[in-house]
Amino acid sequence: MNILVCVKQVPDTTEIKIDPITRTLIREGVPSIVNTFDAYALEMAVRMKEAYGGKVTVISMGPQQARKALQTCIASGADQAYLLSDRSFGGSDTLATSYILAVSIGAIERRCNEKFDLIFCGKQAIDGDTGQVGPELAERLDYPQITYVSDVSIENGIIKAKRENDEGYDFITATLPAVITTVKTRYDLRLPSIKSIAASLKADIPTLTAADMDIDKEQCGLNGSPTKVVKTYTPVREKNGIMIKEETAAESAQKLLDMLADAKIM
Amino acid sequence: MMDSQRNTKNLWVVIETEHGKAKHVGFELLNPGRKLADEMGESLVAVVIGCGVEKAANNAIALGADEVILIEGEEYYNYNTDCVSFALEQVIRKYGPITILIGATNNGRDYAPRVACRLRTGLTADCTDLSIDEDTGKMAWTRPAFGGNLMATILCPNTTPQMGTVRPGVFKKAVPDPERKGKIVREDIHLDPALVRTRIMETVKEVAAAVNLEEAEIIVSGGRGLGDPANFSYIRELADELGATVGSSRAAVDAGWIPHAHQVGQTGKTVAPKIYIACGISGAIQHLAGMSGSETIIAINTDPEAPIFKVADYGIIGDYKEIIPELLKAVRSRKETL
Repeated sequence: MNILVCVKQVPDTTEIKIDPITRTLIREGVPSIVNTFDAYALEMAVRMKEAYGGKVTVISMGPQQARKALQTCIASGADQAYLLSDRSFGGSDTLATSYILAVSIGAIERRCNEKFDLIFCGKQAIDGDTGQVGPELAERLDYPQITYVSDVSIENGIIKAKRENDEGYDFITATLPAVITTVKTRYDLRLPSIKSIAASLKADIPTLTAADMDIDKEQCGLNGSPTKVVKTYTPVREKNGIMIKEETAAESAQKLLDMLADAKIM
Repeated sequence: MMDSQRNTKNLWVVIETEHGKAKHVGFELLNPGRKLADEMGESLVAVVIGCGVEKAANNAIALGADEVILIEGEEYYNYNTDCVSFALEQVIRKYGPITILIGATNNGRDYAPRVACRLRTGLTADCTDLSIDEDTGKMAWTRPAFGGNLMATILCPNTTPQMGTVRPGVFKKAVPDPERKGKIVREDIHLDPALVRTRIMETVKEVAAAVNLEEAEIIVSGGRGLGDPANFSYIRELADELGATVGSSRAAVDAGWIPHAHQVGQTGKTVAPKIYIACGISGAIQHLAGMSGSETIIAINTDPEAPIFKVADYGIIGDYKEIIPELLKAVRSRKETL
């Protein structure tokens, strides 16, 4: 099983705070992490490799700093990693990103003279929160896709995935190669050992630039992005609500109900 | 598409169906869709893809659609990425709509990017607000990003159709007008079965009935602050008494305390009920992004500094284990006196 995992380095959005005066995001001091859902995708991929044999390759598009995210992936069980980095890639929306990833995947496959059987992506990045790159990548490659997957297995050369739906889940099969996007898995992520971290720091992580692949720069970056962000703002959600703290729980409960009745809410 | 190819069928709402039934969000979207179409001087067209879904087509007209494109076939009974993507692509190419709204369900978020990519056009995910950009006349798609910390407004200025997925529960369904007249156009579209690459083998229901958070008038939610999964019994009892639906924070879902169908927040459902009661939920931005549109928010938490109190209309500082039983008593005695 030759597996590829697409990861994104993101700011840990759970650590982001909003400046109360300027109402802008405070990004200083916010750690960069491997996108949470991509980390689950990697764990699922490494478990597949352990169960069926094969190799796990990781790619990430981003600036040179994203190399650190790839090292983390190698420390967590990936065998090989490539950084996709070029000035012309900056500012890409999901359509342009899917193009760059698809072209890069072709370039890596030719370089290794081996096709990927399975491509994993997290269901969405926790910064952009779009969830569109996985399906758009599948479309670019003309592969089937199964999204929102929490577990996978292979039976007779066909992948079987557990996909979340509104009421529970479906078991869905797909022919290979296929693209899988992952939700949080039921199993925990493995913690890299000191030894694997040390090895990851020495790993050879090649950078692929636009010059290393047959890519149309017009389809990359801002040029290749049909969507344009025209405005951003931080949402104001504060209300000056009424706080209730009476002597006893019974009194607090009664006061709440009285207030709701007075306001004709309940 | 060229402007000369434009016809009047310009703003589309895709009504997602599964197992012969329409998802609520498609009907919700006809409401803003009607207003936006009027503002743009365009017709509102509903696209219904499913199996035995003529009723949904009629409902769409009652809810504001001028016309319905109805695509039916057995292959649409279960959701299938390849079949739905193909059907939608075919009718888009045939009719050339300018704008398409799609419900941001798991299925909508599965096929919408596939279709947008096939058409090489822009798609904006998970919108919570729609308006017309004054300068360009294009749709201005507004959505939360960075886990709900940031709102972004996005245009798709140079390609058509301009497409967006819209979170369920953000817009309210219009009041249906059964007298409303509209045309239903049938399209017979079937992808060659040999080209269908995925198959549903088994469907497992984790919840007794569909957890319909988006349509709930009252939601009682529990989080990690409940301390133990068994304590969701408090939440359920209060919800039962109030005729409410049970919700939860991501933390409680991630801990395996409750199925994901109950999750409210940036990576779960967006809800806007009349009353939202949060118990043992600290109020991470990710949760607030999914419920701050509720009409009245009530929070119960032991920590007076919990961020949930910032968005609450009414906050009780206290232990839910003591407060909920007292609330139940008070509600029951009130019911008796009425």
